Amino acid sequence: MAGPLHALSLKNLKKTYAGGVEALKGISLDVAEGDFFALLGPNGAGKSTAIGIISSLVNKTSGDVTVFGRSLEREPEAVKRCLGLVPQEFNFNPFEPIGEILVNQAGYHGIPRREAWQRAEQYLNQLELWDKRRQPARRLSGGMKRRLMIARALVHRPRLLILDEPTAGVDIEIRRSMWEFIRGINREGVTIILTTHYLEEAESLCRNLAIINQGEIIENSSMRELLTRLHSESFVLNLKRPLDQLPPHEGLWLKLSEPGLLEVCVNQEQGLNPVFDYLNRNHIEVASLRNKQNRLEQLFIGLLQRDREEMAPGRAISPSSRPMGQLLQEGEGEQPRLQGDG
Amino acid sequence: MSVSTTWIAYRTIVTKEILRFARIWMQTVLPPVITTTLYFIIFGRLIGSRIGPMGGVDYINYIVPGLVLMAVITNSYANVVSSFYQAKFQHHIEELLVSPAPNWVILAGFISGGVARGVTVGSVVLAVSCVFAEPHLHSIPLTLLVFVLTSALFALGGFINAVYANSFDDITIIPNFVLTPLTYLGGVFYSIDLLSPFWQQLSLFNPILYMVNAFRYGLLGLSDIPVGIALAMTLIFITALTLVSLRLLSKGVGVKT
Ligand SMILES: Nc1ncnc2c1ncn2[C@@H]1O[C@H](COP(=O)(O)OP(=O)(O)OP(=O)(O)O)[C@@H](O)[C@H]1O
Ligand SMILES: [Mg+2]
Repeated sequence: MAGPLHALSLKNLKKTYAGGVEALKGISLDVAEGDFFALLGPNGAGKSTAIGIISSLVNKTSGDVTVFGRSLEREPEAVKRCLGLVPQEFNFNPFEPIGEILVNQAGYHGIPRREAWQRAEQYLNQLELWDKRRQPARRLSGGMKRRLMIARALVHRPRLLILDEPTAGVDIEIRRSMWEFIRGINREGVTIILTTHYLEEAESLCRNLAIINQGEIIENSSMRELLTRLHSESFVLNLKRPLDQLPPHEGLWLKLSEPGLLEVCVNQEQGLNPVFDYLNRNHIEVASLRNKQNRLEQLFIGLLQRDREEMAPGRAISPSSRPMGQLLQEGEGEQPRLQGDG
Repeated sequence: MSVSTTWIAYRTIVTKEILRFARIWMQTVLPPVITTTLYFIIFGRLIGSRIGPMGGVDYINYIVPGLVLMAVITNSYANVVSSFYQAKFQHHIEELLVSPAPNWVILAGFISGGVARGVTVGSVVLAVSCVFAEPHLHSIPLTLLVFVLTSALFALGGFINAVYANSFDDITIIPNFVLTPLTYLGGVFYSIDLLSPFWQQLSLFNPILYMVNAFRYGLLGLSDIPVGIALAMTLIFITALTLVSLRLLSKGVGVKT
């Protein structure tokens, strides 16, 4: 066979819904075996549609889906055996006890009941739900329901786990423990595809990513590669004493957004030291400092903006000829002269 | 899937279906028992004595098979239509769609659930009838066969109804406006010999007539129609509806977008 085995391969996948909505306009994508892959994009981009097609819940219009070398069209059962899905919407019977939900799901996969209960115990324990195994699903909290769906997706030990916004509405503490759990699953060799609107989540978990917008893939690369494209970073400094005006600041990009709030943008070679030298020289004391925006978020917004501009007819500037730094900042024209490899 | 995993998948669906209607027996098993008991009391005891014998047996004994079968029909239909529609409505049908269980196993599972309810309710009603009438079992195998075939046919009908249903109203239209009239006109309460030739001929287009008569033959040894023809007709209807159901499932009608 040519090339490495992909956990998932999409070829020119298209979907037009009955109402005429073109949700996917021909996306192609490869996810390597063992990868932790982020599928990102704004609301309505087509993420869930793509996931629905891969997991046999949505009929495709055209294109090919291959999972571990098996064609979804020709060998649907083989594909379904190695796939685990955590859908975006709750899709369990709210009146069924959660232990039963897992055991029945295992049953549909042909796993004998006794073994199914052992697995249910294992995963419900790991996700801290075992005590609730006799409770109907509707009595769980939102975060517990999400964890229930993760346990259910794992009960047949899939090789590819697809998580469609698994942490939506989950509190920070549990979200972090879910990250740890999912990381552990990935370390055991399970390929993971994750969609999320929490970009710090994607940044900390995923190695590769694709960004999809209006049914098209507008970015597909490794997380590291993408992040190194970001040559600048913005910070917000809280000043101890409010200022009306800034002393002259040649060579630094600084802006007083409020009397006590100083925005700073530095490029990576430059670093923050010159800024602090300047502040010390002028006896400006800083109380605290924070990152203005999550890095991936900055990129994400830039990419979407570029995509939107490309779609808009009659644009004079070719997006690729514009410096990346400029693309990265939403709605801020007066950015410093930052160079990127856009 | 291998034979054993397919069997486990099938058994899982059937068990789940049986537990579902058993858990809500007050809504599923009890009402038909009460209704048929009332029929026995009113038509059998109170009015039946004035009607006199029909087909050579007491009227109450004549209506037992029809009333039992009526319970079988409505219950097998109701079980699948509501269970499958709910699975669709609450989206837990997706648990099956993402699993490797083949479509025919999914269909067989739901239909078996409907058969289980039809046979259960039918048997309970038959037992109740013994209190009021003296049905003698002419042929136990034939009685059982008709139980199962009738349940299967109407379970399939319920399945197709559920596939197309988009609201809870849609799952009551067919039972109310099609099944009930066909059942009442299917010779439950009378022999079609009582009808004029035109109505007799028209009745022959009613599938329920064949089942009621086959069942009556199983219990009493009486039938307006040759039993072989009645069974063959039922089997033809079952085959047709099975093919339609499998086609709907493979196209994902009503369950996939
Ligand atoms: N069943 C459906 N029928 C018609 N159109 C649909 C259907 N499901 C989704 N769409 C449309 O397809 C497009 C893509 O939707 P999809 O759910 O795939 O987006 P998404 O990327 O998952 O968004 P989100 O982040 O909000 O979950 C949207 O325009 C949506 O309105
Ligand atoms: Mg979505």
